[in-house]
Amino acid sequence: MTEENESVTVESGPAPFVPPGQPGSVVEVKPRYGNFIGGTWVAPVKGQYMTNVSPVNGKPFCEVARSTAEDVELALDAAHQAKDAWGETSLTERSAVLNRIADAIEANLEMLAVAETWENGKPVRETLAADIPLAVDHFRYFAGATRSLEGRSTEIDKDTVAYHFHEPLGVVGQIIPFNFPLLMAAWKIAPALAAGNCTVLKPASPTPWSILKLAEVIADVVPPGVINIVTGPGGEIGKALATSPRIAKIGFTGETTTGRLIMQYAAENIIPSTTELGGKSPNIFFADVMDEDDEYLDKAVEGLVLYAFNKGEVCTCPSRALIQESVYDRFMERALDRIGKIRQGNPLDPTTMIGPQVSTQQLEKITSYVDIGQQEGAECLIGGKRAELGGEFEGGYYFEPTVLKGHNKMRVFQEEIFGPVLAVTTFADEEEALAIANDTLYGLGAGVWTRNGNLAYRMGRGIKAGRVWTNCFHLYPAGAAFGGYKISGVGRENHQMMLEHYSQTKNLLVSYSTKPLGFF
Amino acid sequence: MGEPAVVPRVVATPAALAAIGHLMVERGPLMFFQSGGCCDGSLPMCFEDGEFRVGDRDVLLGTVGGSPFYIDGRQYEVWKHTQLILDVGDGEPEGFSLPAADGKHFVIRSRVFDPEELATLADP
Repeated sequence: MTEENESVTVESGPAPFVPPGQPGSVVEVKPRYGNFIGGTWVAPVKGQYMTNVSPVNGKPFCEVARSTAEDVELALDAAHQAKDAWGETSLTERSAVLNRIADAIEANLEMLAVAETWENGKPVRETLAADIPLAVDHFRYFAGATRSLEGRSTEIDKDTVAYHFHEPLGVVGQIIPFNFPLLMAAWKIAPALAAGNCTVLKPASPTPWSILKLAEVIADVVPPGVINIVTGPGGEIGKALATSPRIAKIGFTGETTTGRLIMQYAAENIIPSTTELGGKSPNIFFADVMDEDDEYLDKAVEGLVLYAFNKGEVCTCPSRALIQESVYDRFMERALDRIGKIRQGNPLDPTTMIGPQVSTQQLEKITSYVDIGQQEGAECLIGGKRAELGGEFEGGYYFEPTVLKGHNKMRVFQEEIFGPVLAVTTFADEEEALAIANDTLYGLGAGVWTRNGNLAYRMGRGIKAGRVWTNCFHLYPAGAAFGGYKISGVGRENHQMMLEHYSQTKNLLVSYSTKPLGFF
Repeated sequence: MGEPAVVPRVVATPAALAAIGHLMVERGPLMFFQSGGCCDGSLPMCFEDGEFRVGDRDVLLGTVGGSPFYIDGRQYEVWKHTQLILDVGDGEPEGFSLPAADGKHFVIRSRVFDPEELATLADP
C-alpha cells in the first residue's frame, strides 16, 4: 500500500463513534447507578455516590454508588442465598449459562466496546477487536472446560477406592483492575462460575461503570445472586470484602502492597487467595531478526511498539526492550519510525491507535517516572511529555509514546510505569540477554524474538516468568495459562487449571470389603 | 548534636505534611508502605498504623510527619539511590490506601542522590 493510498484510507475511514449518553450513541448512560446485587439494582445503603469521569475529556458522565461495608454485606447475603442452588446446578445447565453470557455480550459487542473505550480511554479498535471478543471467548472456554474437567478415582486396593470430586468453594470475592475492566471481569467471573461458585466483585475505582453496562446485558441470563457487583473505594469496600469471613477465596489483580494485604487478610481467615501483581516484562530482540527484510521483521518491529498497546496500561507491558547491540541502530531506526506514526487522539475514532491514560493519577505517575529516568541519565529518544490535544479533548489524560534509553539498574527499568514509556537497552550475547531479562523483582511476562528455534527455546526456558511469548507478544487466548513468578503473584488464570483454584477437592474413600480391620 | 547531618531517605512536602496532620486527627496514628508492580504500583499506600503487617525483610526508610514509611527490602535495593518525596496529587487513591483528603491521594516524587550524599548514607 502506498502512502497516498494510506492517507486516502484514513480520510474515508469510518466516522468516530458518538460518545456514550449523547444523541445517536450506541450506549445509553443513566445519570446514576446503584450496585448489582441479587440480580437487581440496589441503591447504596448510605445513599452516597461518586462521580465517574471519562479519561477521554476529563469530564464527569455519570454517578456510581460510593458503597460501604453494609453494601458488601448485602452482596454477600445475595451470594450466599444463591450458592447452594448454583453449586448443585448440573454441568449442562451451568455451561449453558456461561454460553448465554457469552452470547449476550457478543450480541452487544459494539455497545460494550464503545462503553469500555469511554470508561478506560483505550482505543475502540482494541475494544472491538480484542477486549470484548476475548471476554466472549473466555466465557465459552470455561463453559467447555468445566464439562471436560473430570474427577479422578484411584484403586487403592482391590476393595478400596479413592474418589476425587471437585466441589464449589461457595462464595468468592474478586477485585479487578482498571486496565481491562471487562476482560479482567471475564477472567475472574468465568472460572468462578464454571466451578459452581457465586461471586461478589469489586471493580477498580477509576473504572466502575462499564461492568455495570455488562451487568445490564447479562442480568436476564444469570440466576439472581450468582454475580454481584459493588462499586466504591478500595480502602473501604475492597477491605470489607477481603477481610470478610463469609468469602471462601479472594482473587485479586493489582499492585504488590494491596497484594500483600490480600494475602494477610486471607491468612487471618485461613482461605486461599490468588494474586496477580504486575511485572516489568523484557522483550528481547536477537540480531537475526534483521537477517531478512521481510514480513517477520515487520512483525518484530511491531512487537517492540506493542509497549504502547492499551497506552502501556498492561501488567505484561513489554516495557523493557533488550536489543542485541550489533543491530541496535538499524532496528531502533525502524522502531522509532513506527512509534512516530502512532496516531494519538480520540479513542472513539477507529483509526486512533492510542488514547488517554485512565486517570489523572496515572498521568502524574508516568510524568514523574520520565523525570526520574532523565535524572538517572536516561536519554529520551522520542516523546517524554503530556500530549496536549486541545479542542474537545483539552482535559484528557494523554501522554506521548515515549522511549528512554538507559541501563537495567535505572528505576525506569525496574518498575512498572503503566504508561506508554519504553525503557530500551542493549546486550552483547545470549548470556547477557538472559541475565538482564532476569534482573528484575518481577516475572509475569517476557518476549523473545529470533529466527533460531533452539535459541528461542533456551531463552524461553531460562527466563523466570510465567509466560514467554516467542515471536509474538500481547496474545491473550483462553487456554494459555497466565500468572507470575517471583513477586508477580501466586496462581494462574486463563486456563482449565483455574477451575482447581476455584474448587475444593472432596475425597470419598470407600471400602467395598465387609471384613473388619481387626484392631479392636 | 555534633554529628554530621545525614540526608533523609524519605521527606514530605508541606502539602503531604498537612494531609498527614489532618488524617491523624481523623484516624489516629498512620503508616506508609511504598508499593510496586501493576496498576497503581509505585504509589505510596497510607494505612492506619498496624493495618499492614510489616515483615522482617521490609525496610524502614524514615518517618514523615511522625508516621513510619516502609518499603519492601527487595524493592529498597533497586530504589536506594533515590530520595523519595511524599506529596499529594489530585484524584482518589487506588488500592486500599487511605485518601490524602477528599479527592486527593499521596504520590511519590523522586530525586537521585548526588555522590556526596550517597557516601554519607548507610542502609537503614
